Amino acid sequence: MRVRFVLSEVWTGLRRNLTMTLALIITIAVSLALLGAGLLVRQQVAQMKGFWFDKVEVSVFLCTKNSQEPSCTGAVTSGQKQEIAADLEGLAPLVEEVYFETSQEAYDRFQEQFSGSPIAESATPADLGESYRVKLSDPDQYSVITSAFTGRPGVERVDDQKQVLDKLFRLLDGLQAIALGIAVAMLIVTVLLVGNTMRLAAHSRRRETGIMRLVGASKFYIQLPFLLESVIAALIGASLAILAIVGVKIVLVDRFLEPSFQFTPFVGWDSVWQVSFILVGLGVGLAAVAAVLTLRRYLKV
Amino acid sequence: MIRFDNVTKLYKHQNSPALRDVSVEVERGEFVFLVGPSGSGKTTFLRLCLKEDKPTSGSVWVAGKDLSKLSSWRVPLLRRQIGTVFQDFRLLPNKSVFGNIAFALEVIGKPRSHIRTVVPEVLEMVGLDGKEKRLPHELSGGEQQRVAIARAFVNRPDILIADEPTGNLDPNTSIGIMKLLDRINRTGTTIVMATHDAHIVDQVRKRVIELGDGEIVRDEARGVYGAAL
Repeated sequence: MRVRFVLSEVWTGLRRNLTMTLALIITIAVSLALLGAGLLVRQQVAQMKGFWFDKVEVSVFLCTKNSQEPSCTGAVTSGQKQEIAADLEGLAPLVEEVYFETSQEAYDRFQEQFSGSPIAESATPADLGESYRVKLSDPDQYSVITSAFTGRPGVERVDDQKQVLDKLFRLLDGLQAIALGIAVAMLIVTVLLVGNTMRLAAHSRRRETGIMRLVGASKFYIQLPFLLESVIAALIGASLAILAIVGVKIVLVDRFLEPSFQFTPFVGWDSVWQVSFILVGLGVGLAAVAAVLTLRRYLKV
Repeated sequence: MIRFDNVTKLYKHQNSPALRDVSVEVERGEFVFLVGPSGSGKTTFLRLCLKEDKPTSGSVWVAGKDLSKLSSWRVPLLRRQIGTVFQDFRLLPNKSVFGNIAFALEVIGKPRSHIRTVVPEVLEMVGLDGKEKRLPHELSGGEQQRVAIARAFVNRPDILIADEPTGNLDPNTSIGIMKLLDRINRTGTTIVMATHDAHIVDQVRKRVIELGDGEIVRDEARGVYGAAL
């Protein structure tokens, strides 16, 4: 094995095919950067889901004397309350915790939230009514509670905080799908471009490879410089992609998003490094596989 | 050294075979001219020796091995035992004389120290000592062919295959090349040379195998180019 010889062949090859190599590096960088961004958004969503879903509750609001809903015939009776409480308890283990909020507590919280506004001054504890705050072991199963208690005598309505969050998550999911979609398309382009570049490289070095075959160079030795060329291009491209996502992490997440949304956890550096690792592996892997497949066709031994 | 047993080679999309039921044996150390008109199968014969092609039927034996039973990863090892020289020299234009010969050794993984000793030796043998830094375009045709021969011989192969090595050269230069090939032959290397050069064949008087339409039409021990009627 002549390392220096192989490396000098690689270097000549890269220089000779400079424009194609640059095109390859840029394509790899862009596609991997998009893929990295998509993966990070995904982790962000997962992290936010974990964070928020721990805190979301389903609220079963009970009728007050002013309720207009058909299920309400005046204020909720203590018998109805007992039945509802018992049924909620019966839904364990889905129902993890039930907390009964009295009108007074609801009023206090309301006052706190809207202190200083005219609404707060006009409200009375009786207007706000009582509710059961239900914490679920699996927040995705909220519909069980909604369907069981909506329209039931004494229940004004069932509110699920998760529905609000779901809108946000759907938006993020959509962004992530777009980023990943573009990334997949770009990766296909990358594979084709690697193939084309290798074909050109094989063509422009057909004299050398022809002589190598004649003097009995092994297939490995003939193909190695080509393979290394595409792997080096992939490594440079992946490095640029990592620089891009590190830049996004520093500028967008650390400097802008984190100070603005202090109660939201954002993707940390561990996720960034994890994604970087995936990008390098995937970039190099794809480039190598595409190169080998093309060389099998264009470099007969 | 080389044996063809009932070898037939039919290329795709062609009606008549390039070689038809050819059986011939070349002994170790022989010098054989392969003659015949264009399209008579000379080049096919040489390609089969290198396992660049597979025969349609029959078997080719080179250096004691049945090529049809040679696995593809061993083909490079076979080719290291065979030197090849072509009409068009096939030198790398951007490499010096030394670089061209060294290339053949580098790509089969020979160490630098080995290259530094054997390349000057072979250059001296082909009469190009002192010209190792020249680029191919700075050399005459005859000198370029000497570089190609040096490259083919630097590994001391058992067999040297030459496909019209004098085809691009003038008669005087050709004689020089023939003397060189003869010297190589005397070191024990078997030489198979395809040629159209009647003058050379008649002068050197070696074994002549004549192909015509894919068949051996003549095989003479000390033959001439044209058929003796």
